[in-house]
Amino acid sequence: MTLGSQARSLAGNVVVYASLVLAATVALLPLIVVFMAGFKTRAEFREGGPLGVPVDWFHLDNFITAFTRGGMAMGLLNTTFILVVSVTGSILIGSMAAFAISRFDFRGRRLVVFLFLFATLVPAVTAQVATFQLVVGMGLFNTRWAAIALFTSTDIIGIYIFLQFLRGVPRSLDEAAYLDGASSFRVYRSIVLPLLKPAIATVVIIKGVAIYNEFYIPFLYMPSRDLGVVATSLFRFQGPYSADWQVISAGVVITIIPTLIVFLALQRYIYNGFTRGTGK
Amino acid sequence: MRSEPVQGVTPVPAAHAVGMPLSMRLRRAAVPWAYLAIPVTLLLVFTYVPIGAMFSFSTLEWDGLSRDRPFIGLDNYTEVFRRPELFGVFATSLFYLAGAFIQLGLALYLAVLLSYNVRFRNVFKGIIFFPYLINGVAIGFIFLYVFQPDGVLDTLLAGFGLEDHQRHWLGERGLNNASLASVSVWRYMGLNFVLFLGAIQSIPHEILEAASIDGASRWQQLRHVIAPGIKPVIGLSFILAIQGSLAVFDIPYIMTGGSNGSSTFVIQTVDIAFKFHKVGLGSAMAVTLLLIILVVTGIQRRIIRDDPVDISQ
Repeated sequence: MTLGSQARSLAGNVVVYASLVLAATVALLPLIVVFMAGFKTRAEFREGGPLGVPVDWFHLDNFITAFTRGGMAMGLLNTTFILVVSVTGSILIGSMAAFAISRFDFRGRRLVVFLFLFATLVPAVTAQVATFQLVVGMGLFNTRWAAIALFTSTDIIGIYIFLQFLRGVPRSLDEAAYLDGASSFRVYRSIVLPLLKPAIATVVIIKGVAIYNEFYIPFLYMPSRDLGVVATSLFRFQGPYSADWQVISAGVVITIIPTLIVFLALQRYIYNGFTRGTGK
Repeated sequence: MRSEPVQGVTPVPAAHAVGMPLSMRLRRAAVPWAYLAIPVTLLLVFTYVPIGAMFSFSTLEWDGLSRDRPFIGLDNYTEVFRRPELFGVFATSLFYLAGAFIQLGLALYLAVLLSYNVRFRNVFKGIIFFPYLINGVAIGFIFLYVFQPDGVLDTLLAGFGLEDHQRHWLGERGLNNASLASVSVWRYMGLNFVLFLGAIQSIPHEILEAASIDGASRWQQLRHVIAPGIKPVIGLSFILAIQGSLAVFDIPYIMTGGSNGSSTFVIQTVDIAFKFHKVGLGSAMAVTLLLIILVVTGIQRRIIRDDPVDISQ
């Protein structure tokens, strides 16, 4: 390498790393500042600047307040219940529909595909203007089942992921099973469902993140405090703790920690999931 | 994997069913519906019944409760277009649209950087992507703290001797929308970045190597090899960005409640329907947004014909 091109590639490297460090700082700084605020006392928070490091890293009062009086413990429980039921429901519904659409030829198949596709275009929040009457009419208002029903039956992204995946699975396995006298349910249950495992992982990730983060549906349909999920319990900090930003910060940290743990544990699957699953 | 349309699937051939007795054929035809019964019922009940109801409510003057709900034809729609605080709030979307373009540019830039051999690549990738996974309410609160007077941003500015630039980031009209749009950039950039990076990395290595042996500079590689390779993902991201900026909701709803000119069309719709109990007018707004989204999607289909991630073709 000549001296000139070496200098140029050094300058190039400086630009590359400077850009990356800057981007990482912008992404992290707001999180770090809030994390530190969670450990500060009220006086410390008032008097010190936001960039100051907390005096006592074991000052956990804010977290205790957020968990108990702030309802974050209840929120985590409700979210977990709704998430597990809805994700399981989505996987069953999505895989059954995808099995029927991709493995059978029947009248109305194109119409069914169209109906599922078109549904993804409907803007979710504004649709609640009409869905609300229905949910109230079904007696689901102010129950966890309102959120579960909507999470399971709308935003049916699972079907697309399963359809895409099944396209790459040869049908020879199903056919061999049929020849051996297996029923279609047996084929679905013992051949298709196990083969779908990687696609199911993708759906669990995408749907799980979406449900954990969903704010408006629980906010609209589950106003009772006992039914608070993570997002709505945190949102309710706004009034009572508006003078106690250190408590709000602790609530934010509690909200983010499960996400962070899942992200660190499943990084690779998460990237793959979103690369595959976006653009429904 | 996602590059061929679903219709490429040849469904189980039904031809050999012709010779079967009628009852058996009927039973065969019923099999797929046994699997579709629940999914399609739920789809109809929770998506299509509400859409139908939305259209019919939009022609009524109704508070959502009373039995008396007179039919008023298209009056709600004329109201949507006449009242500037209803249709006019689409102007707010322009802030988010501008933010979305900045976001796509940044995401592309960072994805290209990380597609080269860089140290700590996975650490950078993880840090840049992580904000996308965070709960919207948490993000709202984090940035209330960042933007509040003497908050994080003001402190940083003071640290660099830029006190003169301290502002009421969420208070001043206009500036508040720019601040909120920047929160959206922070939140969603990581997703675009990971999508772009994935697309770049799926370009076969040999092609880039061949280009480099042929003496192509980094810029030429970017222009003639990488850019054409990731065009579909970029096209898709643009459409999602436009749809997203028309339907902005969480961040402004959580951070400012839509006050002081920061309201969006979606915030207005739910406020009209649920706060002011004008279900008829709110439904007309919801229908309007749905139609606009359909038009945008229709235009997309025309422009990006060969969109490979679209399985509906």
